[in-house]
Amino acid sequence: MTRKIVMPGDLVSTNPRAAGYGTYVENGKVYAKILGLLDKSDTGVRIIPLKGRYIPSTGDIVIGIVREVTANGWVVDIYSPYQAFLPLLEYPETRNRKVNEILDIGDAVIAKVLNIDPKMKVTLTMKDKVCRPVRVGRIVAINPARVPRVIGKKGSMIRLLKSELGVQIIVGQNGLIWLNGDRRKVSIAEEAIYIIEAEAHTEGLTDRITEFIKAKKGELENERRNTQANS
Amino acid sequence: MSEEIPRLIVDGKRLDGRDFDELRPIKIEAGVLRRADGSCYIEMGKNKIVAAVYGPREVHPRHLQDPSRAIIRYRYNMAPFSVEERKKPGPDRRSIEISKVSREALEPVILKELFPRSGIDIFVEVLQADAGTRTACLNAASVALIDAGVAMRGMITAVAVAKVEGEIVLDPMKEEDNYGEADVPFAFLIRNGKIESIALLQMDGKMSAEEMKKALELAKKGAMQIYNIQREAIMRKYSREEEEVE
Repeated sequence: MTRKIVMPGDLVSTNPRAAGYGTYVENGKVYAKILGLLDKSDTGVRIIPLKGRYIPSTGDIVIGIVREVTANGWVVDIYSPYQAFLPLLEYPETRNRKVNEILDIGDAVIAKVLNIDPKMKVTLTMKDKVCRPVRVGRIVAINPARVPRVIGKKGSMIRLLKSELGVQIIVGQNGLIWLNGDRRKVSIAEEAIYIIEAEAHTEGLTDRITEFIKAKKGELENERRNTQANS
Repeated sequence: MSEEIPRLIVDGKRLDGRDFDELRPIKIEAGVLRRADGSCYIEMGKNKIVAAVYGPREVHPRHLQDPSRAIIRYRYNMAPFSVEERKKPGPDRRSIEISKVSREALEPVILKELFPRSGIDIFVEVLQADAGTRTACLNAASVALIDAGVAMRGMITAVAVAKVEGEIVLDPMKEEDNYGEADVPFAFLIRNGKIESIALLQMDGKMSAEEMKKALELAKKGAMQIYNIQREAIMRKYSREEEEVE
């Protein structure tokens, strides 16, 4: 199904109660405020953004880097116009350690957006089962507007990467992706993610990625056989 | 001196053969810079301009931050090689003024309240200058802003009108600007394909009230044509992405 592209200022609905994400209401009319794809249903209209920085919303899983350690928590860079704060109280199992012994400057964390106040002060929490400090693995950064494509329709793309390569993947809504597993397979996954980010058109992208992974896995297999033969 | 002024209108045509209500050829391309969040290259006649948008991003220095809305910074700059006589690099009174009025044209259109404590930086660089660089810059900047995914009320489209040998003409070129009797740059907020309001209006020279009204009508007509080219430039870049996100 192809959706119409809309630009800021385009009239998308005359029912102000239908106004959803990416729209604004003026004089009882609903206009688009960002460039994106028009998603119109019986209950409302919203715009799926095509470009733009990551703007946090409550409940998002994000990957961030600790930039500052304070007495009662950490200032975390979430690759958005706003810095986030992770309070000490939102970290489970502190086990009487000092703040900088739990997380220090430069450490990466997978956290959840707990709250955003009207002044855009973002509060994070680690009290969720996917949340964890990142001690192992690799972090890959992509454009946040590409995140839905890396995930794919109903998670199809991410499922493909996980099952074909057997690596752990957590996709942060802010465009940072954590990969963990066999080092060479993680490298393949990283390359595949960059391809997904760069490809401008989707036609058969899933098939192309499947093929790419197969080819790369074949190379790995050959290499292993060669080294075994030599030893 | 007056002998040297060339005839600007001959047989109802202008120096470059245009009609009074005809624009110079326009070319717009969106998303030309990889490192910028949004960008645009524009050619309007002999003008060649690149616009880049960064943000919303954190504001440095911190004391400029506004806790309730984003701040907008606009820099208009002419390259030293953009004009016939080499221009000394750096801001001068003219470019500071143009930066200010252009910023003020864009400020009410950008939904600043959505990005408290952040800043949106707009840089426009004139690589080759003919007449009407400020209007061309605004056209480029608004395409670049949309390309950056910044939330806006609508599109800004700008065009200048001049009075030459008693005639009101659209989109003046250099000779008409230099030897004409008046020069009036306009910028409009266009929403849903209709002109909603004036975002920028300056004028220099002599004009009667009647001529001013006529100039406004002519500018509106020209702006609609430019708006369609701006729109087409963005659609061209993004139509390929249409299928991607589902």
